[in-house]
Amino acid sequence: MGRFRKNGKKAAPAISTASLPDIVFMLLFFFMISTSFRQTDKLVNVKLPAATENVKLERKDLTSYIYVGSPILAKQAQYGTDSRIQLNDSYRTVAEIRDFIAAERESLAEADKEQMCVAIKSDENVRMGIITDIKQELRRCSALNIMYVARQADVNANR
Amino acid sequence: MASKETPQINASSQADIAFLLLVFFLITTTMDVDKGLRRRLPPMQENQQQQQDIKVNRRNVVIVRINSQDRIMVGSQPTDVSQIKDKIVEFITNPADDPNMPEKEVKDIKGFGSYPVSKGVVSLQNDKGTLYNSYIQVQNEIVKAFNEMRDQFAMQNYGKKYARLDEAHQKIVKDAIPQNISEAEPKDVGGKK
Repeated sequence: MGRFRKNGKKAAPAISTASLPDIVFMLLFFFMISTSFRQTDKLVNVKLPAATENVKLERKDLTSYIYVGSPILAKQAQYGTDSRIQLNDSYRTVAEIRDFIAAERESLAEADKEQMCVAIKSDENVRMGIITDIKQELRRCSALNIMYVARQADVNANR
Repeated sequence: MASKETPQINASSQADIAFLLLVFFLITTTMDVDKGLRRRLPPMQENQQQQQDIKVNRRNVVIVRINSQDRIMVGSQPTDVSQIKDKIVEFITNPADDPNMPEKEVKDIKGFGSYPVSKGVVSLQNDKGTLYNSYIQVQNEIVKAFNEMRDQFAMQNYGKKYARLDEAHQKIVKDAIPQNISEAEPKDVGGKK
């Protein structure tokens, strides 16, 4: 017997990897649940303006997005480079915002309708004319909670 | 009988498969939260009501204008973006009780006592040709001005910054320094683009 222990110390026993799949699956489920795929294809280029006093968008599920910007390269032949509004998956006009808001509002629970928020994701080079039109239309369909989505500016940068 | 046992399936590659899926979801996951400037639009008024708009005393309003060349005016003076904040802080707080600057109304704030609340309103006007970026910059500066005043108030009274106060105290600060920003009816300032 002693012959086998000639080396003096035993080799460390292999760590059991039997539970590895379980751990990995646990992580997998976490990420599967937290993932949200992008629902809409981007049709406009949006480079958000920078701001420092940002607040977080609270309930993402109560938020409808309005994208404003110039059409993406692939669509420019058809639509030109003028700023356009994108709702869901297509280019829309200001007048169609009303239907969009109505549809979005319809999909919410009764209790949440008051808290509905409209996030305007607009390119920084858009002229205010189109934004003002959107704002007026939103007021008309009384979707008054709005948010100008911006990216966080570097606070230390001197402006 | 040749009832062979079903052979055990080798499960050692299960971890690899799971890892593969895990990596896929790790990459596709986005957990960023949208951030931005929150605003509340004024409700649309009926045509008749528009005429008899609530007359705010002239001294209580400072108008910030941005024209189509993105030049900025605060009140009647051309201003650079960097100066907007200070001008608005000075206007709203009105430290010297200037008769041309907003009046203060002593209000009883629940949980704090009476405090002279400024009646100042910042009104923002822009042109159709104004760039969205400069509009947001100005909005940002105005919000910054209010945040600074709130921080100052919170520091004086509670020794903490506004963001670090609990909800009840934040409400007191909000009442003491209301964020009165009005996005006026669209008006063209500065001619054609």
